[in-house]
Amino acid sequence: MEDLVIIGGGPAGLTAGLYASRAKLKTLLLERLAPGGQIITTDWVENYPGFPDGISGYDLVEKMKQQAERFGLLIQSQEVQKLDLAKDKKVILTDSGTIEARALIIACGAAPQKLGIEGEGLLTGKGVSYCATCDGPFFRDQTVAVIGGGDTAVEEAIYLTRFASKVYIIHRRDRLRAIQLLQERAGKEPKIEFIWDTVVSKITGDTAVKGLEMKNVKTGNLSVLPVEGVFMFIGYVPNSDLVKGSLPLDDWGFIKTGNDMTTEIPGVFAAGDVRSKALRQVATAVGEGATAAYMAERYLEGISGGS
Amino acid sequence: MSDLLHVTDASFEKEILQSEIPAVVDFWAEWCGPCKMVAPVLDELAKEYKGKIKIAKLNVDENRQTPGKFGIRNIPTLIFFKNGAVSQTIIGAHPKSHIDGELKKLL
Repeated sequence: MEDLVIIGGGPAGLTAGLYASRAKLKTLLLERLAPGGQIITTDWVENYPGFPDGISGYDLVEKMKQQAERFGLLIQSQEVQKLDLAKDKKVILTDSGTIEARALIIACGAAPQKLGIEGEGLLTGKGVSYCATCDGPFFRDQTVAVIGGGDTAVEEAIYLTRFASKVYIIHRRDRLRAIQLLQERAGKEPKIEFIWDTVVSKITGDTAVKGLEMKNVKTGNLSVLPVEGVFMFIGYVPNSDLVKGSLPLDDWGFIKTGNDMTTEIPGVFAAGDVRSKALRQVATAVGEGATAAYMAERYLEGISGGS
Repeated sequence: MSDLLHVTDASFEKEILQSEIPAVVDFWAEWCGPCKMVAPVLDELAKEYKGKIKIAKLNVDENRQTPGKFGIRNIPTLIFFKNGAVSQTIIGAHPKSHIDGELKKLL
């Protein structure tokens, strides 16, 4: 039996793994792919302290992984399919077997939100994308649209100007939610054009994206924008299906915890993007991972008689 | 030594389309994080399906023709081939169990 199982190999899970391994807990981290998490799709991280010139998302998690493994963290590629949290002994059913643990940290992260409009599913892979660093280079000298108005949308739109000849940012409000610094950068970029107060109702095309059907929410005006690619950055959905029904979730499905990462079930903790919280960043994920590991350690000391 | 085969625009026809056994091609690039996340999974599957299904990788930076021909717009994309024809496409990084399930259908 493991002392601690961590589900998810992004910054929160890897940091929890680092702290738990360094505290000599017998720890296993389960990740359905290779470790990385969403930050792996970020070209350049410039707001994680300690890297004054920034660092690529991939390099950052690679370093986190190496650091955790240096203290003995075991990482396995298994997809968790079911959890049984009813007893003290937590049972984790994966695609390759059953694992038992005395404590559990859920750090499954979140995934990009889909818009849910006509054409989106059909044209995913044919011009609809959720990852600019993956797919941007396929749109060299083409026209693309970014949907969204937050930090990610604006950051990725700026990134896409490296390849595309024109980048529209389509936002349903008349101002961005993104931080001022990013707004200024986007404003200075001649390839970027904003389309305000507008929602996209349909993506047209059969074998490739041809355009977007849009509606101005203030005037009701309908229009069609010819584009060859469309990138969606409208928010995130939590990967919390595993605990639906067993742990309290907020209105959007994120796991509710205390400030110390504890959930309603003793011995079960949550950290990172899957948690209900104000800010989803690498900088917040690592703090939560550390806290969750520390609380798991205290919990384990308690159940082993505090010796 | 990996059991994964690296194919190029030049070898694609012979290695994949004319392959005697079913083949799967992973379209990837160095700059794609999710491609790196799925890479170890494909390494394992290449070992498990050795001799039954050919599992190959094609670098989209070094080989522009083949991705163009198949209309690749997102990576990672896995295309499954049987007797030279496309039988399935998986877009994005998916866990091993999902890819394994699709591989079983190829046999």
